[in-house]
Amino acid sequence: MLSCVNPDQISGLAWLGCYLSTAKHMAFYQSFLIVLLLIAAVAPLAILLGLLSASASRARFFLIRLPGTLYIAMVRGIPDIVFFLFVPLALDQGIEYLRHRSLCSDQTGSVWQGNDFVVCDIAKMPLSSASQWVHDFYGFALAVVAFALVFGAFAGNVIAGAMAAVPKAQLETAEAYGMTRRQVYWRIMFRQMWIYALPGLSNLWMILIKATPLLFLLGIQDIVYWARELGGAKTSAFTYPHPDWRIWYFLGLLVFYLMMTWVSERGFTYLNKQFSRGQSMAINPQKEGA
Amino acid sequence: MKKIILATIFAGVLAGPALAETVRMGTEGAYPPYNFINDKNEVDGFERELGDELCRRANLDCVWVVNDWDSIIPNLVSGNYDTIIAGMSITAERDEVIDFTHEYYPPSPSMYVALSGNNVDVNTAVVAAQTGTIQAGHVASSGATLVEFASPDETIAAVRNGEADAVFADGDYLMPIVEESGNELAVIGEIGIGGGVGMGLRESDGALKAKMNTAIDSMKADGSLNTLIKKWFGDGAQTF
Amino acid sequence: MSASCLASFQDYGLRAIGYGQRILPKSDITLCDQFALIGSGLIWNVFFGVLAVCLGYWFAMALAVGKASERGIYRRFSSGFIFLFRGSPLFIQFFFAYELFVLLPKVGVTLDLWIAVIDLETRWLTRAWLGALLVLICNTTAYSAEIFYGALRASPRGEIEAANAYGMTPWQMFWKVQWPNMMRLAWPSYTNEAIFLFHATTLVFFSGFPAWRQSGDALYYANYFADKTFNPFVPYPIIAFYFIVLTLLIILIFGLVNRRLNRHLPDARRSRLMIRPNLIR
Repeated sequence: MLSCVNPDQISGLAWLGCYLSTAKHMAFYQSFLIVLLLIAAVAPLAILLGLLSASASRARFFLIRLPGTLYIAMVRGIPDIVFFLFVPLALDQGIEYLRHRSLCSDQTGSVWQGNDFVVCDIAKMPLSSASQWVHDFYGFALAVVAFALVFGAFAGNVIAGAMAAVPKAQLETAEAYGMTRRQVYWRIMFRQMWIYALPGLSNLWMILIKATPLLFLLGIQDIVYWARELGGAKTSAFTYPHPDWRIWYFLGLLVFYLMMTWVSERGFTYLNKQFSRGQSMAINPQKEGA
Repeated sequence: MKKIILATIFAGVLAGPALAETVRMGTEGAYPPYNFINDKNEVDGFERELGDELCRRANLDCVWVVNDWDSIIPNLVSGNYDTIIAGMSITAERDEVIDFTHEYYPPSPSMYVALSGNNVDVNTAVVAAQTGTIQAGHVASSGATLVEFASPDETIAAVRNGEADAVFADGDYLMPIVEESGNELAVIGEIGIGGGVGMGLRESDGALKAKMNTAIDSMKADGSLNTLIKKWFGDGAQTF
Repeated sequence: MSASCLASFQDYGLRAIGYGQRILPKSDITLCDQFALIGSGLIWNVFFGVLAVCLGYWFAMALAVGKASERGIYRRFSSGFIFLFRGSPLFIQFFFAYELFVLLPKVGVTLDLWIAVIDLETRWLTRAWLGALLVLICNTTAYSAEIFYGALRASPRGEIEAANAYGMTPWQMFWKVQWPNMMRLAWPSYTNEAIFLFHATTLVFFSGFPAWRQSGDALYYANYFADKTFNPFVPYPIIAFYFIVLTLLIILIFGLVNRRLNRHLPDARRSRLMIRPNLIR
């Protein structure tokens, strides 16, 4: 069996084997799971936000329509990276500010003291004494919210389009049967629109996969962070010194993403076939560029 | 702005009562021998040992947090951690924004390093430096062309692959790299800029600053600080 | 107040391309400073966006035709290229390309044109203005090629048969029949693609490419201000504002082209530009 106790005495493949199994590399492999976890957490949240904003943008009341339309338009007009940089920070400060105002209402000074943003100890979110995993989880949750906000707007667009694509004939038939507006919405529109939404939502899934490297900018130790950290040249202060290997790590990341794309494409082709059974559709499920 | 980076370890050799105050120590983790993340995925280096010892003397429960250099001051200010212990030189510009403890490492020179055999005029050449360091500021004010990188090892990589003619960084960081490069790199200049290295704290955190200062002074008084410096920076390093 | 505002624009209005005050503002940062410097960074974004869209257009057309070709080798190359650049994130493409370019041997080639002698150097590839531009061109080529390919396949068959009946050569048929139809059908999706390319240009200075002499794009400066003033609530809305204006401008210009492309159709059948978020990188 491989013994990695004295790395300076082994070389070649054995050294590589030991190198690739250090605790740091384990953290690197784990970060792939974090990426998958992010996608799994954002997708349903984004669809939920999309449903809300799409319904809102089609509402009859102007006051409901306005925020829905504005939300979708804002995210279209502004680069997503700006949201990813701004939202977690704004949310973090906002939450701590609200907690400060409610929990330490006796302290009336401003939270912005000079350059510092200071809230009382019990208002800190998460608390200083909380264990590391709580901090990690909180940072991750903020990232999920930022992603969901951006992708919710995209999903809103897709779903609004899908709602508009449900054949009017089906809706009119439902009305002719005497269904109320609410019944028409839930029984017909809501169930039928998914088939039309699938091409757009599959696009969204692909986009989400490709947006995950931006997690690195949010300060989360994701795969890009580890690729840069592990790839940089290391002196003998480290147990496994090596020259600059960043290009190999990034090649690995490239292959990972290409594989994810390939698998997802296969999955969606399958789903498309399943969903289009029994549908006499004018639209071609293979249409690109939704 | 970036949020706290997750993970690392835990330090806090706690000898005091169980209800000791938790202090989060922020460091960069990419600047050996001051601080780096070793292959066991733990914060390691001169500042790790120093920080643990200071916390022990001040009766604090310390937790180590790693954060990118770019956002290390903004995140201290927003309260993501309580100290910056990351090889940060005490400068007047930084002092306007945060407070510093007494220095725990004396001022040491910064060096220019280039590929051996290259004739480089450091006042007009292309010089790489890490964003937001005093060295970057120095290069920006001289006549040289500054290329900034987010992390220190990218600056060395830039010299190695010819992107930059020279790199300007702390001598203590560069020397081990030059020595191990097998004559590929050579020191071509040395300038002393910036003060000693101190721990950064929020300006509103006077109590913690006092505790840390007491601990630092006690380490200077009994010589343990000098021993630690010699251990990590070699016998030739400057001591108190 | 306005005098210092003018001074800000004079000092930093062109800072992103190297003109103006050398040292970036460190203290006493005014609102005008931020507008000026972030605005100057926009020059890079526009540079990248315009060049990538203009050059990528032609490559995308070639790839789309290649993908629809009968020859297996053209089809496979086009599909492979499109898969590579559509299937991986732009962010990773930037990192990987930068690491690849720095490994290239540093050689120079001297081009002797009659009117000038140009020195081309491989070291330019590691600079953002060339290296990142190449990656952006490849990326937009792949996405646009996919759009054009879909439009090419959806071209009305009747028109192609009519062109054949008239005895047009394949070259004539392409330029006179297929290409205009392709453009008309693809234009709405292509508009989306162009918008997202402009948005994606903000990623350049956050990935491997370093900023020389502290000259970066709009987001680079927005980030600089957010770090220096500890207040993200000013620079990020400023850059958001700039990008909304830029996006509206693109929609306007592309909308004009869309009208021209559809000028022969009766009003009811014209395809309106529906700006839908389509693809991010």
